[in-house]
Amino acid sequence: MESPDFSPSRRRLLQSGGALAASLACARAFPAWARSGTAGAGTGETLSGDRIGLTIADSHFSTGGRSAHAVTVNGTLPAPLIRLREGRNVRIAVTNRLKEQSSIHWHGLLVPFQMDGVPGVSFPGIDPGETFIYEFPVTHAGTYWYHSHSGMQEAIGLYGPIVIDPAGADPVAYDREHILVLSDWSPIHPHEQLRKLKLMGGYFNYRKQTLAGLLAGRDQSLKERLEWGAMRMDATDISDVTGAAYSFLVNGHGTAENWTGLFAPGERVRLRIINAAAMTNFNFRIPGLAMIVVAADGLEVKPVEIDELQIAIAETYDVIVRPQAADAYGVIAEALDRSGLVRATLAPRLGMAGPVPPLRERPLLTMRDMGMDMSPAGGEHDHAGHGAQASATASQGHSMTMRDPSVAPQVKLGPGVASLSPMPADRLGDRPTGLEQAGHRVLTYADLQSLRPNPDPRPPSRTIDVHLTANMERYMWSIDGETLSDGARPIPFRLNERVRVNLINHTMMPHPIHLHGHFFELVHGAPGHRPRKHTVNVLPGGRVSFDLTADGEGDWAFHCHMLLHMHAGMMRIVTVRRPAGDA
Amino acid sequence: MRLAALLAVAMLSAPAMAQEMDGRMDHGAHGDHGAQGGQAMPDMPAMEDEAGGDPHQGHDAHGAPAAALPLPVPDHSAHRAPQILPATPDLPGDALPPPIPEDHAADRYFPRERMERTRAALRGEGRFATASVMIDELEYRPRGGKDGYAWDGRFWYGGDIDRLALSTEGEGRFGAAPESAELRAVWRHALDPWFNLELGVRHDFRPDPERSYAVIGIEGLAPYWLEVSGHVFVSDKGDVHLRAEAEYDQRITQRLIFQPRAEIDAALQDVPELGIGAGFESVELGARLRYEFARQFAPYAGIHWERKLGETARLARARGEGASSLAAVVGIRAWF
Repeated sequence: MESPDFSPSRRRLLQSGGALAASLACARAFPAWARSGTAGAGTGETLSGDRIGLTIADSHFSTGGRSAHAVTVNGTLPAPLIRLREGRNVRIAVTNRLKEQSSIHWHGLLVPFQMDGVPGVSFPGIDPGETFIYEFPVTHAGTYWYHSHSGMQEAIGLYGPIVIDPAGADPVAYDREHILVLSDWSPIHPHEQLRKLKLMGGYFNYRKQTLAGLLAGRDQSLKERLEWGAMRMDATDISDVTGAAYSFLVNGHGTAENWTGLFAPGERVRLRIINAAAMTNFNFRIPGLAMIVVAADGLEVKPVEIDELQIAIAETYDVIVRPQAADAYGVIAEALDRSGLVRATLAPRLGMAGPVPPLRERPLLTMRDMGMDMSPAGGEHDHAGHGAQASATASQGHSMTMRDPSVAPQVKLGPGVASLSPMPADRLGDRPTGLEQAGHRVLTYADLQSLRPNPDPRPPSRTIDVHLTANMERYMWSIDGETLSDGARPIPFRLNERVRVNLINHTMMPHPIHLHGHFFELVHGAPGHRPRKHTVNVLPGGRVSFDLTADGEGDWAFHCHMLLHMHAGMMRIVTVRRPAGDA
Repeated sequence: MRLAALLAVAMLSAPAMAQEMDGRMDHGAHGDHGAQGGQAMPDMPAMEDEAGGDPHQGHDAHGAPAAALPLPVPDHSAHRAPQILPATPDLPGDALPPPIPEDHAADRYFPRERMERTRAALRGEGRFATASVMIDELEYRPRGGKDGYAWDGRFWYGGDIDRLALSTEGEGRFGAAPESAELRAVWRHALDPWFNLELGVRHDFRPDPERSYAVIGIEGLAPYWLEVSGHVFVSDKGDVHLRAEAEYDQRITQRLIFQPRAEIDAALQDVPELGIGAGFESVELGARLRYEFARQFAPYAGIHWERKLGETARLARARGEGASSLAAVVGIRAWF
C-alpha cells in the first residue's frame, strides 16, 4: 500500500479538513494522538512514511470559554504528529493557505540548512498559496517538534510533535507511550502582548510585591525592597506573559477538558514531553509517580529518577513512569511563575480525573539571579538569606555596579542594556528558578549524562562569549546589546571546528537558547558523556558553557526561544563555512 | 501497511526492549530498579557500539542518502575528528575566529532577490513602533460652588529609542475659560536604559496672553521607581521657566495603587503679564488612590493642593485671588 499520507483519500481528507476548519467559526478538531482518552501515541492516525502533506491555514481555537483566531496545520491545534524512522529520507510538502508568509522549522532535527525553515536565514519562507517541499534525511531518533518561524504564528497554534523511531532497537523500553505537548494560549494576540509589554514592562504581572504584603511580613523585607528598588529591579519579574493572559494546555486541552492518557497498571509508560509554549517555562510533575528521565532534547541520557523537572520552552524530555495502582494521576504543568497550571490525567480508563494541586507560592528572584551572588552553586540556600548576604557583599565596595562595562566589554551599552551581571555563576548544577526549595528530587542539568559517548572528543580550539542582554523596563531584548535590526553581525564558525560557547545571562529572566542544526554538549563534569542538547535554559545571572562541533555547513538561527524575546531581537545568525582554500 | 508492520514489530519486540532498558538502567547512576534490573541483560544493543566508535554516525546517515536527493546536502564526509584520548585536558585553545562571511549561504539555493526580501523582513521584525494614548488624569475637583476640572494626557508614536510625544494638561472651573491649557510636542530620545531626552515646543492656550516655548528636558525612571522629569521652557518673549515633576506608584494590593505626585515651577524673571514673579512660582502636590479594574482602566479619588509662591503669590493676592487651593478630586486614568 502507498504511504497512507499521500493516498488520494487521505489527501482529500486533509484538504477538506483544513478548509472546513478555516470556514467554520470554531473547529474543535484534535489529531488522533492529542485526543483525550487515547491508548497511546503508537496507535491511531499519524503522519508517517516518506511523503507527508501539511497545510497551514487560518482557524479558530477555543479553550476555557475563550475563543480566538488560530493558525493551524491540517486544521488541528496542536498540529499532527509526524512520526518518522531514523535512516530514511522524507519529503514534506507544506502548503500555505494563509494571507501572510509562513514557514515550518523542524526543531531539533539535524537537516541541511536550506531545509531548516527559517525565513530570511535559511530559506525565503512560504508565500501565500505556495507549497514548499522540505526534503531531508532523518539522521537521528528521538522526540522533537515543529513550529512556524514566521511572525508570531507559533504562539497562535502552529506547533506539533515529531517522533523519530530509531533504526535499530530502542534502548528505552516501554509498553506504551504518550506525547504531551505543553503550550500556552491567549486570546490576546502576541503582537498585542508585545505592545502592552513595551508600554508597561510588568503589564501581565499581577503578583508584584505590595504594601499589604510588607505589612503581613511576606516577600522581601523593607531593606531588601529598598535595595532592589534602588536598582529598579523587580524580584517578582519571573515571567513576561503570565496566567493573567494565558490558558495553559496539554495537547490542546485545558484543565477542565482533562486530557487523559490511558495505561494499564504495572506498565512502563513513556511520556514524550515537549514544551511548545511561546512564553512559558513549566514545572512538570506527576504527584505520586516518580519519573525516570531517559532522554533530553531527543537524545538518550543515562536514566535518572526524579520527582519534578522544569522544562524550558523548546526543550523535550522523555520520561518513563510506572503507575502500579489503577488510580488517576494528575499530570501537572505549572507555569514557572506559578500564575497558573494545567492538569491532564493518566488513568486506567476514561472518565477519571487526577487531582489538581493548589498553585505553590510564587518564587522571588534573588541576588544570585542578578549575577551578584558569590556563594557557591546549589539550590540548598535559604532564599532570604541569599539576598541579604549578597547585598552585604555589594555594600562592602566590590565592583557591584549595575553596568560596569569591564565585565562584558563586547556588549554595546545602549538603552537596551539595563544591567550586566558582575559575577555570573555557573548554574548548571542549580535547581531551576522556583524549585530551589522543593521538598523532592528536582532535575538539574548536572544530573544529565549522555547515554552514548560524545561524538567529538576534541577539546575546543577557542572560546566565544555570548551575552544575553535586556532592558526589561523598556522591554528590549538583545544579544551583546544588539539586535538583527541594529545590524548585528553573524557569529562565524569554521566547518567542523570545535568551539566552547559561554552564554552569559545579564537579565533577570531565564532564557532558553536554541541553536539550529546542531547539538552541543553542556560543559559539566568530565568530558565523554556530557548531555547533548539543542536548547539550554540559561538561568538569570548565570553562565552556561557548551562545546560545539560546527558540523552543519550553512547559516543558522541562534536565539532565545521565548517568542517575544526573539521577536524583540534576542537572536543571531551563526555561519558555518569551510575555511578558505578548503574546497 | 508499512506503518502497521512497524507497529507490529514494535509490539513484538517490546519485551526484549524492556529487558534492555532495565539492564541499561542498572548501569546508570540511579539503579533503584532492582526488581527487574539485571535479570536478563544481553549484549548491549549494537547502537551504542556504533555511536561510540564513530564520532559522526549521525552524519554518515545524513550524508549517505543525500545522493538520492535532488537538493544538495552539506557534505560531512570530510569531517573525521581526530581520535584523542579522553584524558586530554578539557581546556579550550586560543585559536582566532574565522572571518565573518560576506555572503549568505541560502543564496546558493534560492533566488537572491527573494532571500533579500525575507532578510529585510526579518531585520524589520525587531523594529517595533506603536502608538499609545494615556489619559493620566481626567478629574473633577469640587471646590465650594466653583467646581473645577483638570486633565493630563499623553500620546506618543514611535519605537524603542525615538518617539514623537504629544502631551496636554490644564485645569479650570466649570462655566469659565480654562485657567491653564498647554500642549507640548517633543521628540523623545532614549539616552540610557532609564532616561529620555525631550526636545520640542510647547504652546499655552491659556492663560491669556497665549505663549509659545521651546522645550528641553529629561524624563525617566529614577532609582526606587520614581518617575521624574525636569524641563526648561524658553518662551518666544525670551523668558525662561523651569519645571520639575515626580510621581510614584505605591501598590497597596495588586490593583489598589496609591500615587503621590509633586510638581514645582520656577521662573528666572518676572513675567507680569502672566502674573509670574521671578523665583519659585508654584508647587502642586497630589495624592490619588486608584483601583485598576484592568491595567488600562482605573478610577481614582484623591486630593490636590497647589500653592503659588513668592512674588507669584503676591501678584495673585494683588489680583484678589487666593494663593493656595485644596481640592478633593475624583477621576479616571485610562490608556490604550
